[in-house]
Amino acid sequence: MMRVQLVHLAHARSGDKGDTANVGVIAYDRAHYELLRQRLTPERVKEHFGPMVSGAVERYELPNLGALNFLLHGALGGGGTMSLMNDAQGKVFSTALLRVEIDVPDEVARAVRGRGRVPEGWTPARRHGR
Amino acid sequence: MSANGVVRIASGQGFWGDDLEAPVRQVERGPIDYLMMDYLAEVTMSIMQKQRARDPSAGYARDFVPLMERIFPRCVEAGIRVVTNAGGVNPEGCAAALVEAGRRAGVAGRARVGLVTGDDLMDRLDELLAAGHELRHMETDAPLATVRDRVQSANAYIGAGPIVRALGMGADVVVTGRSTDTALTYAPLMHEFGWSADDHNRIAAGVVAGHINECGAQCTGGNCMIDWWTIPDLADVGFPIVEAAPDGTFVVTKHEGTGGRVTAASVTEQIVYEMGDPATYITPDVIADFTTIRLEDDGPDRVRVQGVRGRAATDFLKVSIAYSSGWKATGTLTYAWPDAAAKALAADGILRERLERLDLAFDEIRTELVGWDSTHGALAGEPPPDLPEVQLRVGVRADDRGPVERFTREIAPLILTGPPSVTGFAGGRPHAQEIMAYWPALIRKEAVEPHLTVRVEPV
Repeated sequence: MMRVQLVHLAHARSGDKGDTANVGVIAYDRAHYELLRQRLTPERVKEHFGPMVSGAVERYELPNLGALNFLLHGALGGGGTMSLMNDAQGKVFSTALLRVEIDVPDEVARAVRGRGRVPEGWTPARRHGR
Repeated sequence: MSANGVVRIASGQGFWGDDLEAPVRQVERGPIDYLMMDYLAEVTMSIMQKQRARDPSAGYARDFVPLMERIFPRCVEAGIRVVTNAGGVNPEGCAAALVEAGRRAGVAGRARVGLVTGDDLMDRLDELLAAGHELRHMETDAPLATVRDRVQSANAYIGAGPIVRALGMGADVVVTGRSTDTALTYAPLMHEFGWSADDHNRIAAGVVAGHINECGAQCTGGNCMIDWWTIPDLADVGFPIVEAAPDGTFVVTKHEGTGGRVTAASVTEQIVYEMGDPATYITPDVIADFTTIRLEDDGPDRVRVQGVRGRAATDFLKVSIAYSSGWKATGTLTYAWPDAAAKALAADGILRERLERLDLAFDEIRTELVGWDSTHGALAGEPPPDLPEVQLRVGVRADDRGPVERFTREIAPLILTGPPSVTGFAGGRPHAQEIMAYWPALIRKEAVEPHLTVRVEPV
């Protein structure tokens, strides 16, 4: 077993409903969905966020899409217009979950190395001089 | 409808503030049958409400009117019908301005505008409360009576029914208030294909199509995480087009030659956006089960969607209520290397001490360092020691305006009276903002639906 950051195994998108952020986690490789389902329990996700999520964490399964949907209650400082957070609508809460580390078999860890990150040496096309 | 029985519904706006050129590209760069434009979010209704309070002719998505003036002739010539919730909290004002725009655009006598009203419950609120509709907060369960005197707007999320009626009456453009985002896509499908109200699976498929369409380019490569650096030509990103068949299956695609990317993965990212319980996606017309969706890549930039199942809707509509809930302001300053984060944190300490000495009472003071922890909180770890710069961002919230106004005058002084190497105040003093808080509730359908009206008038 090796510890791997979720960013190498899944992509994700988040949104809001009031003070609840949702994070949809999608396996890059459908074959890893079951592994994610076993490792990314609501308890593990709640522990990962610590005080950033004051309420419960709920999880829903979408095996048809190779995805898990997490509801993080009390994550947005009151939500919407009340919140003082830069990310008041939880738009990038997804990326905070991609930091979580999970144990995966060695061959999976080798297979996903570098996945999910901009390849080394890649730079964006720039239109401004710098 | 195209020759092969497929109806093409293009998405032109994913929110109020989206790419103004996108709807123009949608009507000009290839054949479509409908253009849907979603302008409303939870926050948008409260912004529009504030605007209407200042100016009774405002309160709708103003960008929609000059946009229609540009594309109205093309839509009329190509037979493209437009469905939108641009009406916000003032659909009548929006429709009146649209008729004027149509005349200026030269389509007088050649187009009809449909107006859907009745979602606005504000004038009926006391009558509804008196009749026993408590409008309890969906999360806290508190009855609306606890904030009744501060309510600024109340709108029911309405379904496809009135839009289908307007299309049936020959409207070329349908303007609504708080229609659900998804209805803007599936109402035209119900109209075209004659799906009946108990055709749950097909309407649920339309809901899924609507959910994919409703955020514009967010399903065609925009804000797309998977391999984002390989997505071509986002400068000219194609917005989604749903090609729907009468049996409820559909393909998500975009115009040929546009940028972006449509794959099962890009569509999946949009499907999980703002998702609750995926097996129970509730709309006014059906409950869709998103765990039944089957996606399949069907050639370049084409994704086939099938298998969607649905069940009967509930007896309730969701209500979006905005109420005044105090004031807030956010101030920012930028600190430069060396020791940028240390300087910003020291400045925050000084600011907080001054706020205390002024005896200002806040419900919350929140400090974030943009460039370090404003999005990942404690998960960001310790600030990198050689951070080139960081932005201090401090927000406050209070019931009264006074302390918030005073706070807005406490940021600039830090430039000359706090830690060194500080800049980034060119934008001036922060503004105190009145908070319109969101109160989601449910109401029985029979309290709203008999009040929905549809009017169609010529330009």
